[in-house]
Amino acid sequence: MGIKLRAVLAAFGMAAAVTAMSVQAQTKPTIKLIYTDPLSGPFAQVGDANLKQWQYVISYINATGGALGRKFELIPFDSKTQPAEALLALKAATDQNAPFLVHCSGSNIAAALIEAVDKHNARNPENRILYINCGAVATELTNEKCSFWHFRFDINVAQKVEVMVRALPKDIKKVYLLNQDYLFGQSVQRDAKIFLQKLRPDIQIVGDELIPLGKVKDFSPYVTKIKAAGAQALISGNWGPDINLLVKAGIESGSDLRYYTMYTHLAGGPTAMGPAADGKVLSVMPFTENLAPQLKNETAERFTKTFRDANKFEFTSATFRTILEYLQAAITKANSVDPVKIAYALEGLSQKDFLGYDTVMRKDDHQFISEYIVGNFAKGVKYDAEGTGLGWRPDTVILAKDLMQPTTCKMKRPAK
Amino acid sequence: MNITQERRWYWMVALAIAIALPWCFYNFAAGKQSGFSVTLLSEIGLLIIFALSFNMQFGQAGLLSFGHAILFGLGGYCTAHALNAVKAADLWFPIELIPLAGGLGGLGFGLIFGYLSTKQRATAFAMITMGLGELVTAAALMFIGFFGGEGGVSTDRVIGSSLIGMDYASPIQVYYLIVAWGFICIYLMRLQTQTPLGRMANAQRDNFERTQFVGYDPKLIRFYQFVLSGFFAGIAGGLFVMLHEIVTFDAVAAQKSASALLASYIGGVGGFFGPIVGAIVVVLMQSGVSLLSSAWLLYLGTLFVMMVMFAPGGITGLLTMHKPIARIGRLGDLVVPYLRILVPAAVSLAGFVLLVELASFTTIGASQGKEFKVIGFALDAGSPVPWICGAAILIIGGFWLKRASRGFASTWNALMEQAKREGGVR
Amino acid sequence: MEVFFVSLLNGLVYGMLLFMLASGLTLIFSMMGVLNFAHASAYMLGAYFAYTLSLYVGFWWALLFAPVLCGLFGAGIEMYGLRRVHKNGHVAELLFTFGLALIIEKCVQMTWGLLPVPYRIPPTLDFALFDIYGTQFHAYRVFMLVISAAMFAAIWLALTRTRVGLIIQASLTHPEMVRSLGHDVPKVFTLVFASGTALAGLAGVIGGNYHTTDPAMAFTMGPIVFVVVVFGGLGSLLGCFIASLLMGLLQTFAVVLDYSTADLLKQFGMVVSSTHPMAELLNVPIPRIGALLPYILLVLILFFRPRGLMGTRDT
Repeated sequence: MGIKLRAVLAAFGMAAAVTAMSVQAQTKPTIKLIYTDPLSGPFAQVGDANLKQWQYVISYINATGGALGRKFELIPFDSKTQPAEALLALKAATDQNAPFLVHCSGSNIAAALIEAVDKHNARNPENRILYINCGAVATELTNEKCSFWHFRFDINVAQKVEVMVRALPKDIKKVYLLNQDYLFGQSVQRDAKIFLQKLRPDIQIVGDELIPLGKVKDFSPYVTKIKAAGAQALISGNWGPDINLLVKAGIESGSDLRYYTMYTHLAGGPTAMGPAADGKVLSVMPFTENLAPQLKNETAERFTKTFRDANKFEFTSATFRTILEYLQAAITKANSVDPVKIAYALEGLSQKDFLGYDTVMRKDDHQFISEYIVGNFAKGVKYDAEGTGLGWRPDTVILAKDLMQPTTCKMKRPAK
Repeated sequence: MNITQERRWYWMVALAIAIALPWCFYNFAAGKQSGFSVTLLSEIGLLIIFALSFNMQFGQAGLLSFGHAILFGLGGYCTAHALNAVKAADLWFPIELIPLAGGLGGLGFGLIFGYLSTKQRATAFAMITMGLGELVTAAALMFIGFFGGEGGVSTDRVIGSSLIGMDYASPIQVYYLIVAWGFICIYLMRLQTQTPLGRMANAQRDNFERTQFVGYDPKLIRFYQFVLSGFFAGIAGGLFVMLHEIVTFDAVAAQKSASALLASYIGGVGGFFGPIVGAIVVVLMQSGVSLLSSAWLLYLGTLFVMMVMFAPGGITGLLTMHKPIARIGRLGDLVVPYLRILVPAAVSLAGFVLLVELASFTTIGASQGKEFKVIGFALDAGSPVPWICGAAILIIGGFWLKRASRGFASTWNALMEQAKREGGVR
Repeated sequence: MEVFFVSLLNGLVYGMLLFMLASGLTLIFSMMGVLNFAHASAYMLGAYFAYTLSLYVGFWWALLFAPVLCGLFGAGIEMYGLRRVHKNGHVAELLFTFGLALIIEKCVQMTWGLLPVPYRIPPTLDFALFDIYGTQFHAYRVFMLVISAAMFAAIWLALTRTRVGLIIQASLTHPEMVRSLGHDVPKVFTLVFASGTALAGLAGVIGGNYHTTDPAMAFTMGPIVFVVVVFGGLGSLLGCFIASLLMGLLQTFAVVLDYSTADLLKQFGMVVSSTHPMAELLNVPIPRIGALLPYILLVLILFFRPRGLMGTRDT
């Protein structure tokens, strides 16, 4: 009789949860980073890929000594793509007096976290926490919604769009904009128009379109429309199936459209696009494994190769190492793990990243600016992506100094 | 009103437990509340109210809704806007009453959506609510004015205008507010089941043709029931905003509706208090078990499927099955038979969990840098040994369970026979 | 003009894919009253099975065997799961399939990993077949059309010309009567459920390499299939066919119609200013909500005509 099985399963669930809840205060003197991202459900691959890259980078940094003689420790917490769960992660973090909360996806969760961290720090001055944002790119998070406690380590939407526009070759005269119909996609659309007007007034925007997020399965009508408008290039901030299926449909229809994207390099993209996309798809990315060989930087290449040999996807977030190097430097400079002191040490810090480029964590808006790469999905590169035979060839590198956009941030600073 | 003295005692006990619970997790060494536990308990409180309002439609009126979260979420958005408006206009409005804004929002939207959906019943109703759910979720992303885009609408609950002088800066105060509202809502919903509307809702669920003959319009009954459940869902949404101080589009999404459904069904839809039990189980599995395993969705799904197959009455259904035996005072006779089947059940469960975790580990966990540990012993997931062990444990446990359950079944049947003869089973 | 023809073809291909997926569900739903949430999961399993099989025996054998595997899987679910739940009512069956969908998704993640798998169009079909006004029409899409048309014909013939088919047809509209006439209805149920699942698997084999094959496939494809089935109506395969094509064409043509409600109002002389509270809503052009039109239609048809387009029974 299986009836009892249920009772036991339920009891197990409750017992497990109760024990889980009491697993809280740990007494090891590590520097804790509570990391929250979706680790289950439809977006699990995002969190999973990030987690693997974080673990690798942390073990590397700990091997170089950590900070102030203490090692870093990353504790994952499944956000299940829901702000409520991420807020729960924040509570778990503050319960353990962890100095850092790390989060890499979803601007809706990021917005919730910034507000929650602000309020928590205001109401609990003895137990403060910093929010390290490694991937939520909505521009307003370092403008209207900026906060002293928030540090964003990926360039924002407006800056990524600028990189894309700067990468457009001279022979492109007609572009089509296609984005997802929500705040992020609408920002891309708006910023694309602004930067095209500013940097490339010779380009004509022949069409611009918003699609419902994650709902369109068949992109062939859109491809038809784009072709009919006479576009030579498509600019899109779409991510996930919304870009993978779009590129697939475009290539299949035989058009010689060029795709300027933000997220085709994420896990799953190269597999979906396949070898037929050779030379047609470009994506803006913080890092590609093929940059180190191009720069003839062997130490950097060895660093990424070790990760690659263990995992089946591109080490696109090798910049996590830069984040930890910054944290390492800030903690050492502040000579403390107190969040306020770390924050004051972190803002305004400027270092070279492991590839040798100049980067800076701006003081005004806590926006990190680094070099950004425009990768071309092509054959003949040293490291291919996901076994497709094609990889991301770094065609253009835009330097940090060219991405210094102004900010409207007016942050309130606490007493030192 | 049907609540006897004895029943009132149950409510008191429940209230006492709810008040005392956060102190069980109090960190006496550091002298502060465990923020994680208090938030988790608050989440349970929210889901209890939300699941009970869902059950007003499902359990009471037989209306399975796949879009109940839209009432919850829209109530939340209304509350967030109300709270921001109060703050901006510098009005004195007691913060304790702010969830009412959510309730009214849920009521209002319940009128609109109820009109669209309650014309039908059963599967057609379910499909309409699914369609509405998808539409509202998409709208929440598209229209920035009311919904604030994917960043949602954020608000600040510390506005300093309270009836009892609390500032609600700390999570424990919010928890007690949720407990207070929770008990009020549960009490009101319980009362509602005993009103003519509540009774007729049950009637139209069981036999809607007969209800028409009696003279009541089933469509109106469904409509009123829907609207009232929207009110309570909206209050839950308002409390959500109080707890998290932000509301985003996932508050109207299908996943949220599904959690109400799971909570109600696992707890038991027949009675009234089932969803309360179910809500506790669901939140613990979702936020508790997920700390230990990324396969928690699989466990939840399996639990759910097992319940549907073997215990459609839910957990409370299982408990009420014991009533006749309890009445004749022979409950003690079941202790040993229960132990006899719980042991093999635990063994099979252990085998199942081991296999699932091994499988999850090899494809997902391995490169996440974790080690596979069972009670402190590290296992190598690559070798076939743990797999064979797990499968063996599961199979042996399964057969043992089957044999033991036969013995249990005969004891159970004998006791039920006796109960029927002596106590009179109703 | 060319936009019209190209859109027509695109809509047709998409509609036929929807039909392949929805036909199985209509059969199951009409006969057994079970709204099978695990149907889209069978679609996903079909794609994954085809991927793994095609690694060993090539695409064409996978095309044959993957649906069979799905069908066997469906038969197993019906015999050991659904049958036991049947006595608890329709809602219990629905919830059972819902829980099953969760389990299947997780199992797929654990077996094939979280990333999409490189399930590709076979090289023999990977070329452009013909040109329409400058847009290439891929051979694989013609293949999809052919397979779905063949499938439709096969179902039609099976239902109208074979004995079992006639029994199934009768059970679609009068299940109780068929039982009283002495037919082994449980066996017919199993057959229908297995066939429906196999059809979904076939749709997965065809659609999986056309779209991407990843664990979230079922989650994204699920809702639209329900819309099609309910819209088409219970008990009618033809209704399902019409509904699929309608949804496919509607979504395709919506993309090329760049008008909004505000434009419509302008025709009548009413101009919507940008400060109007409903301005955001009224200025939404049709392409933006194209993918939502099926849901709007669903709500409307259930409100006015709960039987669906050509339903013969009430849901």
